[in-house]
Amino acid sequence: MRHLLATLAGKAVKTVAKLRGGGSALPGLVAEKIDPNFLPRTLGNLPQGVVVISGTNGKTTTTKMVVELLQGQGLKVFTNRTGSNFTRGVVAAVLGETTIGGTLDADVAVLELDEAHAVHFVKLVAPRYCLLLNVMRDQLDRFGEIETTAGFLRQIAAATTEAVVLNREDPRIATLAESVTAERVHYFGLAPQLRVMFPNDDDMRSGGAGDASDLPAADVVLAACEGASATFTVGSRTIDAELKLTGVYNIYNAAAALALARTVVGADVDEDALLDSLEAVTPAFGRGESLTVNGKPLDLVLVKNPAGFRLALRSFPPAGFSTMIAINDNYADGRDMSWLWDVDFDSLAAAGVAEVSGVRANDMALRLFYEDVPVRHVDTDLSASLHRFIELEPDAPKRIYCTYTAMLALRRELGKLTEVEVVS
Amino acid sequence: MDAPVIDLLQLYPRDMNIYGDWGNVLVLRKRLQLRGYDVRLHEYNPGDTFPDQVDLIVGGGGQDSGQNKIQADLLQLGGRLRELADDGVPMLAICGLYQLFGNFFKTHTGEVIKGIGLLDIDTVGGPKRLIGNTVLESEEFGTVIGYENHSGQTYLKGGTQPLGTVTKGEGNNGQDSTEGARYRNVVASYLHGSLLPKNPAVADFLVRHAALRRHGSFDDAPLEIPFEEQARQDAAARPR
Repeated sequence: MRHLLATLAGKAVKTVAKLRGGGSALPGLVAEKIDPNFLPRTLGNLPQGVVVISGTNGKTTTTKMVVELLQGQGLKVFTNRTGSNFTRGVVAAVLGETTIGGTLDADVAVLELDEAHAVHFVKLVAPRYCLLLNVMRDQLDRFGEIETTAGFLRQIAAATTEAVVLNREDPRIATLAESVTAERVHYFGLAPQLRVMFPNDDDMRSGGAGDASDLPAADVVLAACEGASATFTVGSRTIDAELKLTGVYNIYNAAAALALARTVVGADVDEDALLDSLEAVTPAFGRGESLTVNGKPLDLVLVKNPAGFRLALRSFPPAGFSTMIAINDNYADGRDMSWLWDVDFDSLAAAGVAEVSGVRANDMALRLFYEDVPVRHVDTDLSASLHRFIELEPDAPKRIYCTYTAMLALRRELGKLTEVEVVS
Repeated sequence: MDAPVIDLLQLYPRDMNIYGDWGNVLVLRKRLQLRGYDVRLHEYNPGDTFPDQVDLIVGGGGQDSGQNKIQADLLQLGGRLRELADDGVPMLAICGLYQLFGNFFKTHTGEVIKGIGLLDIDTVGGPKRLIGNTVLESEEFGTVIGYENHSGQTYLKGGTQPLGTVTKGEGNNGQDSTEGARYRNVVASYLHGSLLPKNPAVADFLVRHAALRRHGSFDDAPLEIPFEEQARQDAAARPR
């Protein structure tokens, strides 16, 4: 009865919240208050259980890939696709898809969870599988230390019952294998020659990946990567794929998604369908999203932390593109700007940056001055900056590096000019 | 004539380089170059040979694990660093190295980590991290703007002077309104952000004393750095 009441109350609030325009966590809060067992009951009974994906960078894109890979294997997948990756957001997403009786019509739930909230979540529902991507310096204003974040991921790994999938290239992730109580640990990894593309925070000033001599064997290895073409080694097989994703970090996430999907499906995996699904995946919203404005491509690249920004700059050569950078420091972006000083911007020096915008535009412009990168306009007004960016160089393809809240504002503004996918 | 040389050393860039410490090095180098100096950048990591000629030293913060890695090396280097400081070498010590430049760091579990005693300060682990945008007033440097993120609470001893008095934020310990410490030409602080890009008065203090000590003269003409003043104002106006 309590469950029914929670479902109905939550659904009612969700409808009202929708009418008022937004608020994906509020209905979850209502259902959670009325019935604390709401999540264990709805998610605990799924035939293939719950899959949790966490880590600093790439959660949203990787989750989208895993969902589509599993759907391609014939599974009915529930996910929290609105990007509300806190427990209440998950409750809200569940409410949207449960019947009035409170059952969820799905085979498996694939959930993207924020590191800190995942700890809370796994106490409510033990995941059958988890995928832990990386732990980078991010949100230190929230978590204090990288080791704190690594500790959160350790708790997720320990709570997982069947199999844990880890990034063997990230020392703080690989070491979590020690805490796994599930029977199986699987890894994804990089071929040695690609390691230099993925510096972790510890290598930030030592110029390259550390010792690779005793890494564990990986189920899926990203062997080569050029533009959107990628080669994966899966066991003894080599798979060439033409993806709709660019950016070497997105493509490395594809290796993670493949490793997880193969772990969930097991021996019955349909390899051809897996490849077809992988080649069809498009980027998640704001993550390397490619829009068309006045007939020219405009790419939005989300940057949240030094490692992510450095990877993005390495992944997208600036030649032939007009570049804009938009840096906000709202709570969701992180208030501390010191991360901008741990990104090397020299790759932008030759072509320069057309627009620097966002609340902390002047901090960003000062950063670029100290690296001898020429800047044409600096303007804290995002909308004015975006319009000038589009108008002054109508024929150039464009790329905008932006923090999370800057990305949301830019998408709203771009929605007036072109078709932007609406994510409810 | 060859440009006059300044030897700039970053302490432990591998293990103590979080929160934009590299930004401080970049700013010092650039401001020296703009004034016509040839900057030789040295990196010192545990086990390296400490260079004979050093005019300016920068050290930063680390994760707890980073501090463990440099601890023994720093203790054996302590005598040398104290001599240099007493001899007027300008130094900037931020966060983790600020703490270890002091007498000791007592963690919240009671473990005592010995510092090098270059600064007469004691640090104890606090129950919560002090995090957020911070503004100080300093007699020497005017308004100093930065971002703090530390759990250690530092107390100034024996007449040690602070870098400034906090007008926004917590500072050394959240109690006595002091922030940072000063000793001869050493500036120590919890503020990153990075500190020097938005605090040119502090940067030029370090640069001036490095040049005066090595070459006997320094042209004090201010530099025109674009966006600098605006970035200061933006940062000072942001929420904690």
